[in-house]
Amino acid sequence: MSEGIGASVQRKEDKKFLTGKGRYTDDINRAGQVYAHFVRSDIAHANIKSINTKVAAEASGVVAVYTGEDIDVGGPICGWVVPNRDGSATHEPPHPLLAKGKVRFVGDAVAVVIAESLQEAKSASELVEVDYDELPAVVNLETASSGAEIHEGMAENRYFDWELGDEEATDNALNSASRVVKLTVRNNRLVPNPMEPRSALAEYDELNDSYTLYTTSQSPHLTRLVLAAFMFQIPESKIRVVAPDVGGGFGAKIYVYVEEAVCTWASKKIKRPIKWTADRTQAFLTDAHGRDHINNIQLALDSNNKITGLRVDTLANLGGYLSAFAVAVPTYLHGTLLSGLYDIPAIYTNVKGYATTTTPVDAYRGAGRPEATYLLERVMDQAAREVGMDQAEFRRLNFIPKDAFPYQTAVALQYDIGDYEPALDKAMEMIDYKNFENRRSEASKRGKYRGIGVSSYIEACGIAPSAVAGALGGRVGGWESASVRVDPTGTITVTTGAHSHGQGHATTFAQIVTERLGVPNSSVELVHGDSDRSPFGMGTYGSRSLAVGGVAISKAIDKIVEKSKKIAAHLMEASADDVEFKDGKFTVAGTDKETAFGDVALAAYVPHNYPLETLEPGLEETAFYDPMNFTYPAGTHIAEVEVDPATGVVEIVDWAACDDFGNLINPMIVEGQVHGGIAQGIGQALLENAHYDENGQLLTASYMDYCMPRADDLPSFKVGYTNTPCTHNDLGVKGCGEAGAIASPPALINAIINALSPLGVTDMSMPATPQKVWKAIQDSQSVAAE
Amino acid sequence: MGEISLNINGKVEKHDVGDNTLLVDFIRENAGLTGTHVGCDTSQCGACVVHIDGVSVKACTMLAAQAQGSEITTIEGIGTSDALHPMQEAFKENHGLQCGFCTPGMVMSAIELVSKNKNASEKDIRDGLEGNICRCTGYHNIVKSVKAGAEKMGG
Ligand code: FES
Ligand code: FES
Repeated sequence: MSEGIGASVQRKEDKKFLTGKGRYTDDINRAGQVYAHFVRSDIAHANIKSINTKVAAEASGVVAVYTGEDIDVGGPICGWVVPNRDGSATHEPPHPLLAKGKVRFVGDAVAVVIAESLQEAKSASELVEVDYDELPAVVNLETASSGAEIHEGMAENRYFDWELGDEEATDNALNSASRVVKLTVRNNRLVPNPMEPRSALAEYDELNDSYTLYTTSQSPHLTRLVLAAFMFQIPESKIRVVAPDVGGGFGAKIYVYVEEAVCTWASKKIKRPIKWTADRTQAFLTDAHGRDHINNIQLALDSNNKITGLRVDTLANLGGYLSAFAVAVPTYLHGTLLSGLYDIPAIYTNVKGYATTTTPVDAYRGAGRPEATYLLERVMDQAAREVGMDQAEFRRLNFIPKDAFPYQTAVALQYDIGDYEPALDKAMEMIDYKNFENRRSEASKRGKYRGIGVSSYIEACGIAPSAVAGALGGRVGGWESASVRVDPTGTITVTTGAHSHGQGHATTFAQIVTERLGVPNSSVELVHGDSDRSPFGMGTYGSRSLAVGGVAISKAIDKIVEKSKKIAAHLMEASADDVEFKDGKFTVAGTDKETAFGDVALAAYVPHNYPLETLEPGLEETAFYDPMNFTYPAGTHIAEVEVDPATGVVEIVDWAACDDFGNLINPMIVEGQVHGGIAQGIGQALLENAHYDENGQLLTASYMDYCMPRADDLPSFKVGYTNTPCTHNDLGVKGCGEAGAIASPPALINAIINALSPLGVTDMSMPATPQKVWKAIQDSQSVAAE
Repeated sequence: MGEISLNINGKVEKHDVGDNTLLVDFIRENAGLTGTHVGCDTSQCGACVVHIDGVSVKACTMLAAQAQGSEITTIEGIGTSDALHPMQEAFKENHGLQCGFCTPGMVMSAIELVSKNKNASEKDIRDGLEGNICRCTGYHNIVKSVKAGAEKMGG
């Protein structure tokens, strides 16, 4: 069986995970290690009057106690900013490693206790006395602007007020529309919840005055950069960051958090390795949350039901501090996607990002694109209902036609390629859309309301073209690096700055090498997750690892092939121009001469017969790839549900997903990514919600209260594909990691509304809990009775 | 502190630990078997599932001392990378894992589920795995794996 591109190769990494030999951060221990436990604020908003650590410091086993006053290095930084409408800059208030003078959310770290055992650290932290002067909590996004001041001098608690698009043209479209469809939706706040809690193990080496940090990170190089250059202000070479196996991330493990920075800083103070691992409650309180937007939408239609304009005014809750990419999520990862896969001549959006006294909010699987898709697909359905068109046909009517690519949207992006109708058609076929009404009436005989919901989505992946990111406020590049080293025996080591946290890079990346160099999969070793062992890279997020990192590998292989041809030409006494390389063999056109890749590799390292005058020995190449454009995966998901009017319980009875991810390297892994994404989207739409009370207490801070999708909540999924290969990268790939989470919430909510539409229900908010659904049914019946 | 002696994967592990040491901590920290994971603090996630006398148990819910005299099997005890347990093999063949963090607990729960119900239907499997959370896979391929594992185990 082929092990190259397009084959569902079984994963190389599975054996270790299946036998308990995975090596996650918390599995690592160092001699002499001590344990850190953080004292956290249990109040959402307060001035700190005093902190008394004396008793704690003398408690059994305690090695050290530190507060914000002890820390002499900077805190987390903001990696992306945007200009305000008035031309001023995003407000970037400081985020100290340990609170200084004030706490801004429940869970804000106030002090750290380091002790010989975790138990001693925990016990002693109870002895730290913090005297607070409580301030009013700011929880409600809609009224955040009039709440108590959270950051000194930041007016109306507003981090930024940004706009994109042509306001005048959009308002003209709305004013001259034959119909304006209006809708307000809320994108509920979520907690990412990778199953492995965050963890850090920091060690200081006195001899070299350097640090090693093992940490649960999606982007170890960025962690090193931020720690060294921005927080500690020491040479980057003095910090090594290792992210071993990472147990899921979904965005939450992109950023540098205060805990790993404090452990690293303190490891020099006490000259002992320090370990910290979050328990689940701490994860709920301190992992950056996701979503939490309110969108006011106005869609203009002409008399032919074609969209002529779209205006979206968004409020985004960003929490007590500005997390690294918090600003990018509701702006450049959201506002730019508002055209969806529709031909919309005029779009305008205004986004206001607010501070509240809640956990910081940042990227969670999809990051901005699920919010854009949700609001758009909800208003598309609303519009179809209002004009009396079938939901699928209304979408089809407004799709960007396939001959319109490259397509310049009204919100900055240029889609290189796409063809949206085939995916819609295929999804409809997969779910047997045309016979749905029969199923609806059959269900109604059983006393159930059956509904079908469509969601057509687009996303921008392969984050990001550096020039574009830079022009839009990004402070990092969007490229990726790769090195391909051919060993003398012909085995191959690939290093990359991308870092797998479940995506199977060791397998997928090896498939690219296998395809290109003809070596077996088992001869390819991937090195990643260690800043000392791989070239600087950007990490894994935004469905970028293949579309950027994979292409970097392909480019490094190009260089290997080019050099190998020269070596082979020498060995075969031919001209390099005549040498062809295929299936691991070099041949000379028009002759029967051939030489194997392995012979070339050996010659490169044992250069006895080698063109040393013109060519260096060795066979190792590095490539840095910066994409020309984003990639644009797109597709249609259709959900079918049955609602039980007696209980309000929504059962998902069928799910069809048809995605265009461009070329697939490993369809088995792609399908797994789709499943996982859909599950998270269903979680958002039906089950999950991070709920704060009016005092800023997170009421859903454990698995008892935060409803994670479990096996019995979900169906099996039908997954299909169409393919328009990406036009601007060598592999023709687009990325698949986030699509499921982007497409699925509106499909499900639209299906529920569709099920209840015979009752006159036109709205449903996420999560659609049984109580909410039941109440919607009751309310509709009481309206009907009046 | 007191000495606790446990039989884990057929090997005796004797360590001096606090009386309130949880079984999962004894397994991870004292016996050094880090395949058993900790994913929550409310006994909800199943990352810590081991077998005690053949029955799957969340190792975060019991004290190490309570397991004295029992036979404990962890993920390290059911197969090796050269000779995977049929359930481990099924997970590999059906892409039943992504980040791998939930996987040990999932496999241990699946083995018990299948040994109790050889012909488990999709619904039985989904109900039976209700105590194990996976954030990555959406369960689709886990269910597929467990079905395949059941067949391999002679269901
Ligand atoms: S760690 Fe035992 S159930 Fe979560
Ligand atoms: S594979 Fe990652 S949590 Fe299940």
